[in-house]
Amino acid sequence: MQKSMKKYFPIFVLPTLIAFAIAFLIPFVMGFYLSFTKFTTVTDSKWVGFENYIKAFTVNTEFLDAFLFTAKFAVVSVVTINVFAFGLAFLLTKGLKGTNLFRTVFFMPNLIGGIVLGYIWQLIINGVLFKFGYDITFDAKFGFWGLVILMNWQLIGYMMILYIAGIQNIPGELIEAAKIDGANGRQILRKITIPMVMPSITICTFLTLTNSFKLFDQNLALTGGMPAKQTSMLALDIYWTFYNRVGFEGVGQAKAVMFFVLVAVLALIQLRITRSKEVEQ
Amino acid sequence: MSRLNKKIKINANVNNCELSKPARVTGTTFLTILTILFLFPIAIVLLNSVKGKFYIASTPFALPTGEIFVGITNYVEGFRKTGLLQATGWSFFITIFSVLCIVLLTSMTAWYITRVKSKLTTNLYYMFVFSMIVPFQMVMFTMSKITNMLHLDNPIGIILIYVGFGSGLSVFTFAGFIKSIPIAMEEAAMMDGCSPIQTFFYVVFPILRPTAITVAILNTMWVWNDYLLPSLVLSNKYSTIPMAVQSLKGSYGSIDMGAMMAMLVVAIVPIVIFYLTCQKYIIKGIASGAVKG
Repeated sequence: MQKSMKKYFPIFVLPTLIAFAIAFLIPFVMGFYLSFTKFTTVTDSKWVGFENYIKAFTVNTEFLDAFLFTAKFAVVSVVTINVFAFGLAFLLTKGLKGTNLFRTVFFMPNLIGGIVLGYIWQLIINGVLFKFGYDITFDAKFGFWGLVILMNWQLIGYMMILYIAGIQNIPGELIEAAKIDGANGRQILRKITIPMVMPSITICTFLTLTNSFKLFDQNLALTGGMPAKQTSMLALDIYWTFYNRVGFEGVGQAKAVMFFVLVAVLALIQLRITRSKEVEQ
Repeated sequence: MSRLNKKIKINANVNNCELSKPARVTGTTFLTILTILFLFPIAIVLLNSVKGKFYIASTPFALPTGEIFVGITNYVEGFRKTGLLQATGWSFFITIFSVLCIVLLTSMTAWYITRVKSKLTTNLYYMFVFSMIVPFQMVMFTMSKITNMLHLDNPIGIILIYVGFGSGLSVFTFAGFIKSIPIAMEEAAMMDGCSPIQTFFYVVFPILRPTAITVAILNTMWVWNDYLLPSLVLSNKYSTIPMAVQSLKGSYGSIDMGAMMAMLVVAIVPIVIFYLTCQKYIIKGIASGAVKG
């Protein structure tokens, strides 16, 4: 079979491969190279070594500030989203009436695009702050908590679905046996449910973590980084560096490479943890 | 004996509901309140889309009654002034054809690289998987320059780009499923004289249907809502809905909040209808995707 299939490479693989090369492979390799050069157009570039990487930190503190803001945001969202999502999943696997309807509604915000989400919440948050004479760009705190609320609204439903799947995978006998042994609801939750859904907890933690680090659309729409770039996250800061500062394309690309390394490291840690968990089981 | 009885009792309890009646009532009430809170933002946008544009930013929570109510004026204005109609058209065009191309092409590729084992196909597989962890910012600048040079800055060209970016996750998902289906049927088909193309479309693709649905759904949600990629690749005359929303904010000194609300509604409604019709597949697809991890 392999033999007769082999000559069909141009039909089965080539179209995808060409698209993949144009959209991803070539830009990726070029991007890596260009991060070590000074350029304004892609074809005219001059090798400068690590200068761009140094400049990303020394010209101003925007990149570092964006990193700290993003990290703070990521920690707060990971905790809140996972606690709420797990709580909801726990309630929705108790056989309550209307479970399907609740699940449908909680998941719905996940389908709405980031730009649209940003403007929906801008309207609501500004509507509330208006009564006190503020708006969301008045203080970085407003933007921060606005983003946290938005992210919670968007991702709780998604993570809830994953937790429900995890909880439903727990064998019923296990809980029954615990009940016969006289365990109460809280003990069952702590000693059985939570340990058994650890794989889901790992997946959801990393999904929320990488999603928080890569957040762009919501950030752009809700605050646009205002006031004074104080609410710019990493992806938005990279975007501004590329498109709002002439002569800083190389620095932007260097920031993008560091951003890539950061996200890739997170993904690899996740892979390590899930793999080792699989072996244990 | 008494132990057995106890067990049966517990079983009955598990089947009905694990909670006592007061706990059930509290739980349901809590979830109902939460449901209303979750729907509140969407309801606010819907209500404001029929309010006069000067009443939106200052009093977003007021009901559209009396002189505040303007009917469909915002939609009419939005369609006339901001090219919302064209944006909707392009969004539909790009989403539908990108998703069709992604499903067709990546399923073919996944089948080939799973069945034909060579150094090349193994490396290709790893490259597709690798592309999944690379954030868009890493390639956005160089990619948009290349697409400009190749004149791909139109709705047809962007489909090619979406196939390229969607291929990582899609090939990975298809390949994972293909590995689990026995090769015997395909071999039998080929022995009976089917070409690989016939084998793929008559034998393999029908089996892949559930995975194809999952891949189609994930990509539909992504392409329909995507903002940054089309805003970098497409020229303004081919704006999609997210681009139109963002440009409304960017270009005007004071934003026409009425048109803005109408646009948000037009952006939300199709994807919500899509969700409500394919809900079963969407939730199943997401749950199964995570189990694979």
